Amino acid sequence: MDLGPHAAFIWISYAAVAVVVAGLIGWLLLDGRKQAAALEALEKRGIKRRSSASAE
Amino acid sequence: MQTLTQQLANPTRFMDLSARVLPWVAGIAAALIVYGLYLSFFDSPADYQQGETVRIMYIHVPCAWLSMMVYGLIAVSSFGLLVFRHPLADVSAKAAAPIGAAFTFLALLTGSLWGKPMWGTYWVWDARLTSVLILFFLYLGLIALRAAFEDESAGAKLTAVLALVGVTILPIIKFSVNWWNTLHQPSTDFTATVDPSMRWPLLVMALGFTLLFFAMHLKAMRNEVLRRRVKAMRTQAVAGRDRLATQPAE
Repeated sequence: MDLGPHAAFIWISYAAVAVVVAGLIGWLLLDGRKQAAALEALEKRGIKRRSSASAE
Repeated sequence: MQTLTQQLANPTRFMDLSARVLPWVAGIAAALIVYGLYLSFFDSPADYQQGETVRIMYIHVPCAWLSMMVYGLIAVSSFGLLVFRHPLADVSAKAAAPIGAAFTFLALLTGSLWGKPMWGTYWVWDARLTSVLILFFLYLGLIALRAAFEDESAGAKLTAVLALVGVTILPIIKFSVNWWNTLHQPSTDFTATVDPSMRWPLLVMALGFTLLFFAMHLKAMRNEVLRRRVKAMRTQAVAGRDRLATQPAE
């Protein structure tokens, strides 16, 4: 694919978007896992959310 | 009969619904972006004036559109927090801020990389570029202000006030190219100023990026709901321990 004399500007633009979007997705997935693991650890210790505790 | 907003006021219900919706939104976004990339590189012509560099438009315009739309969403969420005290309004505002900042950064960066070959400069202090830079700083301000407060509730309220004050930047960005003489071209009119051969790839990319944002926003909101649950349970655990420690031994 010949993108002409300004190909570098086009590739860098697309690469920057790819890197930032991939970074955002990676951060969101890791953060989600971290929060889910913390919640699971608390539940294993027998700590319940007030809403679920009062429902019992 | 409850409205959807009222139904989503229950975080547990939101978590159930978002878990079902998220894979679909993410999947459709990914498919649209892949298709949009194909159209952008292989099925759209070079511009008669800009040549191949016009291909930067297919990512620059969606990022620029999102930079404003996301701020609008933060403003609406902030209004929902301050006026209706909707339990998920602050979650939504907090989750959207870093994503909006990232898209604003990308709009500035891709615009700058488009500007150099077209205008001969990466940056010029004209009204459009400067107002978008201010929007980027506003995003950073929202994130920093919230982080500065230990009391989450007070931080949320003040951040919401700043978000609502800052919303005045949106019409300034939108109309800056009409009100002032700028190097930036006038706003994109999809039906009049974009050739049909470029309009379709642009619309597909814009829709794909918009859905990508909503997928990321939903995921970020889910993370935030979990974070608040963890925080509440830790506080509850500490309070329980303290209660036991202060009870007299029998």
